[in-house]
Amino acid sequence: MAGVIRRRARRQRLFRWVVLTVLGIFFLLPLVAMLEFTTRGAGGGFSAHTWRLLVDWPKLTETYPDLSTGIRASFGLVLLTVALTLVLLVPTVIWVRLRLPRLRRLVEFLCLLPLTIPAIVLVVGLAPVYAWVTYFLGGSPLTLTFAYTVLVLPYAYRSVDAGLSAIDVRTLAEAARSLGAGWPTVIWRVVLPNIRSAVLSAAFLTVALVLGEFTIASLLNRTNLQVAVNLLGKSSATMSVAVSLAALLLAFVLLLLLSLVGDGRRRTLKKEIS
Amino acid sequence: MTASPVAAEPVGAAARHGVPVRLAGLRRSFGTTHALDGLDLDLAPGELVALLGPSGCGKTTALRVLAGLEEADAGRVLVDGEDVTDRPVNRRGMGMVFQAYSLFPHLTARENVEFGLRLRGRPGARRRQRAEEMLELVGIAAHGHRFPHQLSGGQQQRVALARALAIEPRVLLLDEPLSALDAKVRVQLRDEIRRIQLEVGTTTLFVTHDQEEALAVADRVGVMRGGRLEQLATPAEIYLRPATAFVADFVGLSNRIPGRSGPDGTIRVLGQTLPLVAPDAAPGTPDAPVTALVRPEAVDLLPAPDGDARVLAASFLGPISRVSVTLPDGTPVVAQVGSDRLADLTPGTPVRVRLRPAPVALAS
Amino acid sequence: MAVVTTMPDPGAQAPGVRPHPARRRVRLLGVVPFFGYVGIFLAVPTLVVAVGAVTGDDGGFTLDNLARLGDSYVLAAFGRSILLSAVTALLGAVLGALLGYALVTARPDGLLRRAVTAASGVLAQFGGVTLAFAFIATIGLSGFVTEFLRDRVGIDIYASGVWLFELPGLLLVYAYFQIPLMVIVFLPALDGIRPQWREAAASLGGSTWQYWRLVGMPLLAPPFLGGTLLLFANAFSAYATAAALVSQGSPIVPLQIRGALTSEVVLGQQNLGKAMALGMIVVVALVMWLYALLQKRSAKWLG
Ligand SMILES: Nc1ncnc2c1ncn2[C@@H]1O[C@H](COP(=O)(O)OP(=O)(O)OP(=O)(O)O)[C@@H](O)[C@H]1O
Ligand SMILES: [Mg+2]
Repeated sequence: MAGVIRRRARRQRLFRWVVLTVLGIFFLLPLVAMLEFTTRGAGGGFSAHTWRLLVDWPKLTETYPDLSTGIRASFGLVLLTVALTLVLLVPTVIWVRLRLPRLRRLVEFLCLLPLTIPAIVLVVGLAPVYAWVTYFLGGSPLTLTFAYTVLVLPYAYRSVDAGLSAIDVRTLAEAARSLGAGWPTVIWRVVLPNIRSAVLSAAFLTVALVLGEFTIASLLNRTNLQVAVNLLGKSSATMSVAVSLAALLLAFVLLLLLSLVGDGRRRTLKKEIS
Repeated sequence: MTASPVAAEPVGAAARHGVPVRLAGLRRSFGTTHALDGLDLDLAPGELVALLGPSGCGKTTALRVLAGLEEADAGRVLVDGEDVTDRPVNRRGMGMVFQAYSLFPHLTARENVEFGLRLRGRPGARRRQRAEEMLELVGIAAHGHRFPHQLSGGQQQRVALARALAIEPRVLLLDEPLSALDAKVRVQLRDEIRRIQLEVGTTTLFVTHDQEEALAVADRVGVMRGGRLEQLATPAEIYLRPATAFVADFVGLSNRIPGRSGPDGTIRVLGQTLPLVAPDAAPGTPDAPVTALVRPEAVDLLPAPDGDARVLAASFLGPISRVSVTLPDGTPVVAQVGSDRLADLTPGTPVRVRLRPAPVALAS
Repeated sequence: MAVVTTMPDPGAQAPGVRPHPARRRVRLLGVVPFFGYVGIFLAVPTLVVAVGAVTGDDGGFTLDNLARLGDSYVLAAFGRSILLSAVTALLGAVLGALLGYALVTARPDGLLRRAVTAASGVLAQFGGVTLAFAFIATIGLSGFVTEFLRDRVGIDIYASGVWLFELPGLLLVYAYFQIPLMVIVFLPALDGIRPQWREAAASLGGSTWQYWRLVGMPLLAPPFLGGTLLLFANAFSAYATAAALVSQGSPIVPLQIRGALTSEVVLGQQNLGKAMALGMIVVVALVMWLYALLQKRSAKWLG
């Protein structure tokens, strides 16, 4: 067969592999370099010293106290920010959809507003607010969660909003109400279980964002993972590169999980429709 | 064709425009699936053939091979006697209408219809005139300025038809063009597609999995199964004289009633002797158990106190109704009766089941 | 919050049926936490910036800060920021679009696509300090590639100065997060392109080139432009990478703002940072507004 179509498919495959190879090298090279950099021994040989230290928590704390503070702070911030974002956002968005539809545009506008305000600008305005936060709650790095919740608002909102758009919230709520459910029950037992994967995806995004945040922490003089890594870079470049790589891989695994979860949602949806 | 509006040409011009199409021995596999398994199909000039068959039997693949969107592993495609097997899609001159969403969303309805003419470098004024004629032909001249997302599903399919016809295609190909539409629009548009097809006289292949649709619009219906043609015949013949059990089973609702083979290509069912549609298919041995496929309209019910069948339920369909009964051995049978007789056929009524002496097919 | 109490009655669905005012107030209670929070941590900071930008050292109203945005070194910083953002946005958009197209020609549920999408998500959002260190490990003075090229190939990439820690270095590192961001924002548009359009164009007699010129490109132009704008805003707002990488001076606006924030308060300087911050908001808001417009159009076509 002459195979015009197969020739085109072959051309397409060739194009795909050329693009993927070239860009793949561009993107993988720094990662490989990081790995090489962190396993470079004294005499130019191989050494797993840095990585062994990284997984040995007590020793790491002893050697790099700032780093372990930063890591602990960042993980604490992840938990707090996920909780605060979900508690603040999810019930509000559901409530607005169900009972205050006229506020929907406003809520959407406010949630997406941080996209137009660079973090560096937000810091400028947050400085006086954090003077009060410090006054009331002290200077713990965990107070950064207030700023981070604002940062993740656009992403979390989009995810939850998409989840709600995929189901018929109004009908669900009306059905539950007609069966005698109160509003708290409707939100907690009926709507929430139906947007579980959207909420989960909002949570995953929050994790990735918080783990990578530097600007606000650094300029509000609080130590989180990235601030510690940056500081460490001046004295022990090897360790800071190793931590960076580990954080990057962690975030990658999280997002890969997210894509699998999102896929599960699509599959169940399709099943329901057909 | 001249520049005169196609719509103004008399019905019956079919033979002048239509070209014969022949698909010969087409094979196409996807991995281990044989989507086409030696398909032979001939379309007479100006004819509308509907391809009918269960999901996955290769209808779409057949149409796409004819269009040039898919390549066959083996076999030939001939249009007007010319072998076009190795010709790419864009030089086959076929008009295609897809199931849905095929209109270019950034162009208005009229610009969509003009698209093919634009590719051929026709001057703007001629293009516009032709597009207006086509939109007129499909009955939505008033909506030419609208974008696809401003049109209903039915209107979009009309535009898609106009777009396919605007290039004066040698063959018109429709792949389930109505299946995304509401039942009512579907019937309306289906009749209109037939009217337009007769008007322009283009040889047409119409793929559908809706048997009613196929029987209603086609000159001939081709029933496919497993990548081959099972039967190609007029709608009446397909329905009344199905060549195989598969066709009988697939086209129209059929009862499966046990019986025994009789002499000379007949069978005995429910105490009656009936001729077979395909006497060759009868088992060689007499008195062998067989299953007859009998259409509901060939079943009659006679209320009788000594009847051994019982009425189970009845569904009212307007002038006619469907009544289901059970035979003494538990076999369910559906009969079609005039609705005026429903009063005598309440559930529980004992009835005698009679079969009209029409030829029946055997289940395989 | 004034915003809440002045909203028209949200419960009046049917004309003439007004819910009891008390019930309306209860209903509004449900959104008080959200609006309170957003007020304190989003609205107040924004106001602080906006008001600070027009406040003098004496606390009175003044346009001096805004006027000082016209100073040559501030203008130069904005110029460099815009240049950096524009170049990396264009580069990222073109390469990201190519990568996106390569991905959609692969199987949609394949591992390749899933992995690349997840990796793009990480690299686009994570950025910052991590990237700076990644590139220091790669082409820093003792980086993997630097050493390889110097020792094995005999090329010293820093023969004419260590450019990694200056503007050219930022260009390279920014590309590293711009391309993945483009992949993420452009993929949905590419997915919106239906195979039927290509097939319809072909069956109507169009060549591949005609399909792209008359259908593919017009349809993808708005999302491509929109993606480019988003990349621009992204690079323009970015701070962490530059902060971790740039060792000397403050070539771009975010670093200038840091300078104004952290340095000893020079007389007349303290609100200049806020003026620059306001300038950034204006640029980013303008770009995002254009982005939203383009987005709306492509949602209609490719949604
Ligand atoms: N591109 C493809 N790749 C793999 N398998 C395919 C492809 N196209 C078709 N098939 C397979 O070939 C067989 C025939 O497909 P085809 O689409 O022609 O069926 P169809 O008769 O049109 O069915 P339907 O009524 O569901 O549209 C099916 O088993 C299908 O799964
Ligand atoms: Mg099909």
